[in-house]
Amino acid sequence: MQDHWLARDSSICLLRRAFVVVLALTVLAEFLVEQHPHFEVEGLPGFGAWYGFLACAGMILFAKLLGVFLKRPDDHYGRQNGDD
Amino acid sequence: MTSFVHPGLLLVTAGLALAPLRGGARAALALAAPLGAIALLLTVADGAHWSGRYLGIEVAPFAVDALSRLFALIFAIMAFGGALFALNQPSRLELPAAFVYAGAASGATLAGDLLTLFVFWELMAVGSTLVIWSAGSAPAYRASQRYLAVHLLGGVLLFAGIAGHVADTGSAEFSRMALDRPAHWLILAGFLVNAGAPPISAWLADAYPEASWSGTVFLSAFTTKTAVYVLLRGFPGTEILIWIGLFMVFYGIVYALLENDMRRILAYSIANQVGFMVTGIGIGTQMALNGAAAHAFTHILYKALLLMSAGAVLHQTGRRKCSDLGGLFRTMPFTTICGTIGALAISSFPVTSGFVSKSMISQAAADERLLAVWLALAAASAGVFLHAGIKFPWFVFFHKDSGLRPPEPPLNMRLAMGLFAALCIGLGVFYQPLYALLPFKADYAPYTGAHVVAQLELLLFSGLAFFVMLPLLRRTPTITLDTDWFYRHLGVQLAAGAAALLEACGAACGRAARNGASALATLVERSHGAAGLLARTWSTGGMALWAALMLAAYLLAHYL
Repeated sequence: MQDHWLARDSSICLLRRAFVVVLALTVLAEFLVEQHPHFEVEGLPGFGAWYGFLACAGMILFAKLLGVFLKRPDDHYGRQNGDD
Repeated sequence: MTSFVHPGLLLVTAGLALAPLRGGARAALALAAPLGAIALLLTVADGAHWSGRYLGIEVAPFAVDALSRLFALIFAIMAFGGALFALNQPSRLELPAAFVYAGAASGATLAGDLLTLFVFWELMAVGSTLVIWSAGSAPAYRASQRYLAVHLLGGVLLFAGIAGHVADTGSAEFSRMALDRPAHWLILAGFLVNAGAPPISAWLADAYPEASWSGTVFLSAFTTKTAVYVLLRGFPGTEILIWIGLFMVFYGIVYALLENDMRRILAYSIANQVGFMVTGIGIGTQMALNGAAAHAFTHILYKALLLMSAGAVLHQTGRRKCSDLGGLFRTMPFTTICGTIGALAISSFPVTSGFVSKSMISQAAADERLLAVWLALAAASAGVFLHAGIKFPWFVFFHKDSGLRPPEPPLNMRLAMGLFAALCIGLGVFYQPLYALLPFKADYAPYTGAHVVAQLELLLFSGLAFFVMLPLLRRTPTITLDTDWFYRHLGVQLAAGAAALLEACGAACGRAARNGASALATLVERSHGAAGLLARTWSTGGMALWAALMLAAYLLAHYL
C-alpha cells in the first residue's frame, strides 16, 4: 500500500522548494510595503530574517550546551511502588 | 443595578452539584453552568455588587471592572471548552474539581479586596491539586504533593503580605501597590509563585503533565493567568517585572527545546508565554497592559487547544514522549490541523489570535524606546515558533513514522478542539470585540504591511533554523534538571545527611557517656573500693604515727 501523499519523497522535495521560494518572497515583500522602523537596527535590510535565524540558532546552541550539564535519563528521580 | 449571582460561585456550586451526577444530566450541567457564567459576565454592570465588613475590615467580595470582566470571561469560556473536551473522562472527581478550580479563579478576579482574593487563591490550590489527583497514578500523586507544597508556600507568603498591608494601611482594598514596604514584597512574591516565576518555576512542568489527558487542559488556564491578573492590578509598571518576565521567556524556550515529553514541552511554553505578559506588566504603559491582558485572553485559548490536541494523542495512543510518537497526521488529520492552528496562534502568525495580542507588548517596548527589551522580545517570538510552533506538531504529528495508526478522538473532543481552533482564527481576524473588552482604550492597528512582513520573516526564518539544525534537536529519552532538583534531590539528600549526622552524633554521645561513666566508676572503685586507698585496713602503728603528726602540726599552728 502506498504511503500518505505527504510522506512521499517527491512531495517532501516539492514542499522543501516551496518553502525556499516563500522565504525569498517574504524578504522581497519588504520592498513593497511602507517601512516605519522604531529603531535603526530594525530598518536594516532583511532584519527579521537574519535576526530570527541567528536568534534561533543561538538559542538551540545554548540549549544544547545547557543539556550537556543538566540532561539526565528520564528515570533520574527513580521509580517507586505503584509506577507503571 | 447590583447582581446577586456571582459567576465564580456559580461555577463552584455547579462543580459540587456535578459530583453525584452521571450521564446526560452531568453533561448538561457541565455545559450550561459556564454558559450561565458567560451570560452573567456580559450583562453585569461595573462596580462593587457585594460589600460588607469582616473582622472590622471593609470587604467587597464581588466587584467588576473591565479588567476583572475580561479575565472572568475567558475563565468561563475555558470552563465550557474544557468541560466539552472532558465529557468522556471516566474520572468522577476531575470535572467537579476542575469546576471548583475554575470558579475559584473567576472569584479571585472578581475580588475587590485582598481577603476575598486570598480565600479564592487557596480554593484554587485545592481545586487544582484535586484535578492532578484525579489522574489516579502514583507519579501524579507525588507530583501533586510537590505542587501543593509550592502553592501552600505561595499562599503563606501572600497571607503574610496581606496581613502586613492591612496592619500598615488599615484597608484591604485591592489596588495598585508600590514596592515600598516588606508587606508588598511578600504579596509580590506570593503572586509570582503562582505565575511560575524564578526561582520557584519548576512546579509547572513537574505537575501539570502528570494530570490526565483532560486535566492538563484545565490546569494550563487558571493558576498562571490569575497570577497575571493580580500582577496587572497590583503591580503595573514595576520595573523588576520586565527582567523577571524576560527570564521566564527564555527559560521556557530553552527547557522546551531540551524536553521530550510533549505535554512538558507545552508546560514550559506556559512559563514562556506568561513571561511575555509579565514583561508587558513591567513596562506598564496602557499599550503594554492592554497587550498583557489581551495576550492572557488569547493564550488561554491556544494553549488549551494545543493541550487538547496533545490530550487527544495521549487518549488515543497512551504515549506521551516525542521519541515514541510521530507520523500521526495519517490517521488523525483533524487533530493535526487543530494542533497546528494552536501552534501557529502561539507563534503569533498573522491571522491568528496571538498576532493581535503579543504585538501590543512589543509595540509598547518600542514606544518606550526600550531597545534591549524589544530585541529580546523579538528573539523570543522567533523562539516560540521554534519550541512550540514547529517542534510540538513536528515531532508529534509528522517527523518519522512511529507505526501508530490511532483513529480520531471521540466527537466531543473534536468539537472542543474545533471550537477553540475557530476562536484562535476568529480572534486573529475579528479582533475588535477583544480590543473593546481591554482595560484601556485600544488604539492599535496590528495589520500594517511592515508589521506583517517583519513577523513573517522572523517566524519563517526561525523555521529555517529549525530544519537546518534538526540533527541537534533529535529527541532523547531524557529530562533536564530544573529548580525542582533542589527539593526533589538536594533537599532529600540534605535531610538524609542530617538524619545520618544526627544518628552518628547520638551514637557518639552515647558512647562518650558510657565511657565517661565507666571511667568514673573505675576512679571511685580505686579510691573507695574494697582495696581502695580510703577503704582498706590500716596498721595500728601507722594510725598512731599519723595521729601524732596531726597533733604536732596543730600545736605548731597554735604557737605561730
